[in-house]
Amino acid sequence: MNNYIRGLKSGIPIGLGYLSVSFTFGIMAITLGYTWWQATLISLLTVTSAGQFSGIKTMLVPGNYAEMVISQLTINVRYSFMSISIGQKASTRFSGLKRWILGFFMTDEIFAVAAAEKVVGAAFFAGLSTIPWIGWTLGTMVGALMGNVLPAKLLSALGLAIYGMFIAIIVPEMQKVRPVIWVVLIAVALSCLFYYVPVIREIPSGFSVSICAIAAAIVGALLFPKDFSDEEEAYDE
Amino acid sequence: MNNTQFFTYLLIMSGVTYLIRALPFALITRKIENKTIRSFLYYIPYAVLSAMTVPAVFYATSNPISALAGFAAAVVFSLKGCSLTTVAVIACACVYVTELLV
Repeated sequence: MNNYIRGLKSGIPIGLGYLSVSFTFGIMAITLGYTWWQATLISLLTVTSAGQFSGIKTMLVPGNYAEMVISQLTINVRYSFMSISIGQKASTRFSGLKRWILGFFMTDEIFAVAAAEKVVGAAFFAGLSTIPWIGWTLGTMVGALMGNVLPAKLLSALGLAIYGMFIAIIVPEMQKVRPVIWVVLIAVALSCLFYYVPVIREIPSGFSVSICAIAAAIVGALLFPKDFSDEEEAYDE
Repeated sequence: MNNTQFFTYLLIMSGVTYLIRALPFALITRKIENKTIRSFLYYIPYAVLSAMTVPAVFYATSNPISALAGFAAAVVFSLKGCSLTTVAVIACACVYVTELLV
C-alpha cells in the first residue's frame, strides 16, 4: 500500500500536465464533430496524445481501417521499447496478469517516472498510473463539455509541467553518467532536424521521436556500452 | 458518424495502442544478458525524453520567451537535485510569472 501511495504522489505532476493537453484534445474532438462522450471514451481507452490527435482525423473517413492500424503502429511504436525497458526493471513479483493489465498505462510520462526507479514494483506502477489516467480522461471530458474553462495564462504555464519533469529526469543522469550527455545531444540534434527541415518534418511526431531515440540509444550502446556488474543485486530486491 | 463506425475505429485505435504497450511488457520477461542490448535499453529513456523535449518545449507555452524561462528554471533546479514534482511546479510558476511581465 505504501508503494501505491508513493506512486500516486509521483503521478500528480503528470496528471496536472495532462490537463492542458487533454483539454485541447476535448475541444478539438468537438470541433471535428464528435460528441463529448465519444471524446471521453477515446481518452479513457487509449491514453496516448499523438495517437489520439491523429486518430480522430482518420476516423472521420469511413473504411479507413488499414490506415488507422498503420498510423497507430508508427506513431506508437516507441511504447514497445519503453515496455521492454521497464520490463527489465520490474520486480520479480511484477509478472503475468499484472503486466497484461498495467502495460495499458505505458505512456511517455509514466514510463519516464518509472524509468527513474531502480526496481519497478506493480503497486508503485499502479499508483503512478492512477492520477494521469483520471487527469487525461477528465480533462478531455471537461474540454469537450465546456471548452476552455481554465484561464489562458494558467493553461500556458501548465504546458511546461511535463517538460519540467522530463528535464528533472534527464539532467541528474547527465551529471552522473557522462555518456548520457552524448546520447542526449544526438537525440536533440536529430529531433531538431525532424522539427525544422522541410519534407522530413511532415513525419508524424510520435514516429520521429521513435527514430531519434532509437538512433541515439544505438550510438550510445555501441560507443559507450554500460557496465552493469554493480547493479545485479538490485534486480532481486 | 454512426455508432458502428465509431466503435470499430475506437476498437482498432485502442486495441493497437494497447498491444504495442502490453505485448512486449508481458512477453519479454527474461533478463536480457547481452551487454549492447542492455546498454541500449538503459539509454532509451533519456533518448526518448530528450527527443520529446527539445525543441517542442520551446513551443509548449503561448510564447517562446516564457517557455525559455521555464526551460532554464527546470535545468537549474534539476542541477540542484530537486524532485520531479518540485521542478515541474517551479517551471510552470516561472512561465506564469514571465507571461505576466512580458
